[in-house]
Amino acid sequence: MSTRKALGGCLLALAFAVAPAVSAENTGLGKPITEADIKNWDIAILPDGSNLPPGSGTPAQGAALYTQQCLGCHGEDGKGGLGGGPLAGGAPLTNGIETPKTIGNYYPYATTIFDYIRRGMPFQAPRSLTDEQVYALTAYILSLNKLIGANDVIDAKTLPQVKMPNRDNFILPYPDRI
Amino acid sequence: MSFRKRGQAAPPIEHVAGNGLLHRRALLGRGIAFAGAVTTGAAATAAAADPLKDEKWSLEFGGITPPLQTPSPYEKDVVRTLSNPHGEFRNSHARTPHHLLNGTITPSSMHFSINHCGIPNIDPAKHKLVVHGLVRQPLEFTLEKLSRYPLVTRLHFVECAGNSAPMFSNEPLQVTAQALHGLASNSEWTGVPLSVLLDEAGIDPKAKWLVAEGADGQMLDRSVPVKKAYEDALVAIYQNGERLMPGNGYPMRLLLPGYQGNMNVKFLRRIKAVDQPAYSMFESKTYSQILPGGKTWRFHFLMEVKSFITQPSFGYQLKEPGFYAISGVAYSGTGRIARVMVSADGGKSWGEAALQGPIYPKAFTRFVMPWRWDGQPAVLQSRAWDEAGNAQPLRAEFVAARGQTKEPVKTPLAFPNQHYNSITSWGVDGKGEIKHVYA
Repeated sequence: MSTRKALGGCLLALAFAVAPAVSAENTGLGKPITEADIKNWDIAILPDGSNLPPGSGTPAQGAALYTQQCLGCHGEDGKGGLGGGPLAGGAPLTNGIETPKTIGNYYPYATTIFDYIRRGMPFQAPRSLTDEQVYALTAYILSLNKLIGANDVIDAKTLPQVKMPNRDNFILPYPDRI
Repeated sequence: MSFRKRGQAAPPIEHVAGNGLLHRRALLGRGIAFAGAVTTGAAATAAAADPLKDEKWSLEFGGITPPLQTPSPYEKDVVRTLSNPHGEFRNSHARTPHHLLNGTITPSSMHFSINHCGIPNIDPAKHKLVVHGLVRQPLEFTLEKLSRYPLVTRLHFVECAGNSAPMFSNEPLQVTAQALHGLASNSEWTGVPLSVLLDEAGIDPKAKWLVAEGADGQMLDRSVPVKKAYEDALVAIYQNGERLMPGNGYPMRLLLPGYQGNMNVKFLRRIKAVDQPAYSMFESKTYSQILPGGKTWRFHFLMEVKSFITQPSFGYQLKEPGFYAISGVAYSGTGRIARVMVSADGGKSWGEAALQGPIYPKAFTRFVMPWRWDGQPAVLQSRAWDEAGNAQPLRAEFVAARGQTKEPVKTPLAFPNQHYNSITSWGVDGKGEIKHVYA
């Protein structure tokens, strides 16, 4: 700091003269940072699997964890009803608006399960699960819904490949707004 | 449209629709007034028997002038209603008491609030917003830095996609306008246009979506088209002139005028430019709708043209036949309100309501309609049109397109569906009692 002060107004003026190369269209109010700095916050998973972390899990690993972490709200076998919604099953949507939306009958992409568990579950301690644990719980929930086999491994490669039954059943009411 | 000169005789009042609806300009000081002076005369006679006296508050030194004022204790019932008053591990709703408010601005303390995992207690000095992803240079902003931008101020409503959801019931639920429609509110929002921040970060043309994320315990996130950011999106940092209320996103929130409340991400901490929507839980499940037949809508976004009468409404008791003003709010996520029609006979005949200007796009507009109740049963309805020509759908056509429950909905806290924007009907019986009816 003292060096800069000693150099006086001349260098300062030069600094301001150089700055507009960026600030001609920029206020300079945003602090430049790197994606590496943001990594811990950069948690959104895209449906093609972008941003899924390393790690993997199986339904069996997830079942044990489910009992400790999830059962209290989501009930046995993901049936729901204890405060948390159902995670398994679900009737066909042909019954209209009274059909409860579940992962099995509604979600278009399996990546959403991983994303939401990791960002928000369990309610009382969000972000407390490791990525391995989130993969395991995702695998368990997918197996409860019979969308994967009991011995399938869920990881960054296999999760986006799970075909959700309701994926192609959506229509866009306002396509011109996208 | 000029005000009538003092002493100039008013032309007789005009009935414009059935069951006592009067011309919209009656009693607005614009040249039409009541012909019937009989009521006024009778009232004057009664008052003479009861001489005015000073009340005690006029005869003493008043109370302390506080730093932060709160409403009169006589207004203690004008509060939001809560779905989760004890903070259980589930979502919480607080509904705006529309039937007890007037004008268009929702006081910040009564703005609706939905929180899916409680309200975070955010230190504004530590809060950061990052803009990154498909940008030339990721940037980090603080509240202090955002406050240094030239801010813009606009009036906009925010409405939860699940507002009015009990109206999907096959039978009308007997609750107030607050319980039915209390998940919509209207504020003056001040903030930085989101496009300014995206331009400063140098958004890549390949970016079609923004994932907006909050700093709450669920890091609630929604996908927003970049298109909307360049239309009218704000990062709002003031609400009605003061910093945002905690339940409305303190210290900063995304404001997407006219789009589903949930997309207006509160406690905003991250915006990532991406080439595809994230399909977050809320857009995959909660805020997409099942249609009759089993198809579903996704990325609905738009809160369509809507209106409802707030006074008189369920819970009011008309004490005597005579003059009343029917009043309510109208709004559209598409733009300005162009017209509101009111009926007092369940839709058999309609009269045009007066709109209280100025009329802002994607904001509440209050309508008023003078009415002389003759003491007979009446059904009060309002129907709005926006400047794009969209009409608020009638209930029969709405139910045919969107469905209704097979069993009656028992609680206003139920959300059988989303995006209800059809008519609300208030049935007045011969005693002046008001019920919620379908007509």
